Amino acid sequence: MKTFALTRAKDNAQAIATAAKATTAQQGAEIRFIGGGTTLIDLMKLNVEQPKTLIDITRLPLDKIEALPDGGLTIGAVVRNSDLAFHPIVRKNYAVLSEAILSGASAQLRNMATTGGNLLQRTRCMYFRATDMPCNKREPGSGCAAITGANRSLAILGTSEHCIATNPSDMNVAMAALEAIIHVRGTKGERSIPIADFHVLPGNTPQRETVLEPGDLITYVTLPPPAPGSRCLYLKLRDRASYEFALASAAVVITVANGKITRARIAMGGVGTKPWRSTEAEGELTNQTVTQDVFQKAANAALRDAKPQSQNGFKVELAKRCLVHALKLATQTA
Amino acid sequence: MSSQDETPEKPEAESRSEFGKSTRRTFLSRLGMASLLATTGPVVTTLGQRSGKGEQVTLSESKDAIPVTLRVNGKKHDLRIDPRTTLLDCLREHLHLTGSKKGCDHGQCGACTVHINGRRVNSCLCFAAMHEGEEITTLEGIGQPENLHAVQAAFVTHDAYQCGYCTSGQIMSAVALLKEPCGPEDADVKEFMSGNICRCGAYPNIVAAVQSVRQNAKSQKTG
Repeated sequence: MKTFALTRAKDNAQAIATAAKATTAQQGAEIRFIGGGTTLIDLMKLNVEQPKTLIDITRLPLDKIEALPDGGLTIGAVVRNSDLAFHPIVRKNYAVLSEAILSGASAQLRNMATTGGNLLQRTRCMYFRATDMPCNKREPGSGCAAITGANRSLAILGTSEHCIATNPSDMNVAMAALEAIIHVRGTKGERSIPIADFHVLPGNTPQRETVLEPGDLITYVTLPPPAPGSRCLYLKLRDRASYEFALASAAVVITVANGKITRARIAMGGVGTKPWRSTEAEGELTNQTVTQDVFQKAANAALRDAKPQSQNGFKVELAKRCLVHALKLATQTA
Repeated sequence: MSSQDETPEKPEAESRSEFGKSTRRTFLSRLGMASLLATTGPVVTTLGQRSGKGEQVTLSESKDAIPVTLRVNGKKHDLRIDPRTTLLDCLREHLHLTGSKKGCDHGQCGACTVHINGRRVNSCLCFAAMHEGEEITTLEGIGQPENLHAVQAAFVTHDAYQCGYCTSGQIMSAVALLKEPCGPEDADVKEFMSGNICRCGAYPNIVAAVQSVRQNAKSQKTG
């Protein structure tokens, strides 16, 4: 690990001013905020990230979960994943988020990882993590070793010829289905970013994963009030029963009235280069009846643009079945 | 690894092993190589002399060292450490609390599990300097041979280990689990303990040990 200076931010403004001196907030940033450290320290040990300055933000007053007057929820950026997953309001109104978080990592890691950090969780693509291999995300222009290499676990949606790395987060998938808003404070003030616009596709610049600029500090995330009468769940398929990243997962938020789907929000994990909201699937579900046929049409629509690689063609069918089964579970009557 | 990588672990020149400057881990790993070269005798003697005197390995100070005060098992420690020092390395190499084990060093195996303010974490993915003012508890703070924690005693009763390397992490996770919202079934315990890998596969006995402690606690409450 390369040496660095460790500082502790006194307040948001100081943290932002210090981080704003970096030339990028993306891969290779010289100045980084550190929360739980579960991704960053791991990558620093691998020399994939080599920040010269770390700003400890864990003691900033961004550690609260608060109900909003409109029925929504505010989640501070340094709220730990376990506190979020076990929060009574989250379990009651946003079960999909609780289930998604608890399906990821381990109890120890969830006690450490923060909300903001999980939004910025980095890919587990083995070529990104191995500094002796080409990787356009880690070293732009060096090539993508995954496309011709071990790509079984990698993405089939949102890929480019330069990068096929999967976004590994479960939390992000649930937040995409819940239409979370990410609140960011930077040198130019505050802005609110819908999660669908927060992560960007790799395209020609896979080193850029989010819209964040130097100095941008995620302060909190808000969830809109739960849709009246909606049910939600997270279904994750993986190689092991626990403590494993998704091969395919589905977050479903769905409202059914008199056998008809009146509203659906669908996001998928394990298959996309970003948390994969599928408005195509939502379109196939809305105003349709609750039938296997409709679910299958939605799944087909969600995976229509899938581009499988040499080893991950199975993900196309797996992801479809994952979504169909999730829809079945979410709509079955008790 | 560059030499810079090893700075936090670099011992001072007092090392008397024939291998010169080496950490205890590199020393022991070379011990394996040495036995292949049939030089086991003198190496073991060297090791014996070190441990016989109860000599403590003093670490040379990094040029980037910063002052850090940690509270571990109820005791305050004033240290000067390189900011790169993980909590795990700090506990093991600076405070000589070797109950916490280094397995993968990447948050994947759970051998390094300790408690910070009563919550279990992977100490290999914590920078020690970020944990000033917090209450850190290691296996040594949970129980001692003459006064075992109920979980430790249950691990003995249920033979919940083979090689023992993951055991301290398993015990630290199990102790934390007792206060977490874990369901009653064996499957719930398996899920909550999934961050602790046991290569020997002692899982059935680990689950039995954890369940026995939970059942005893429950019957004491109701009884």
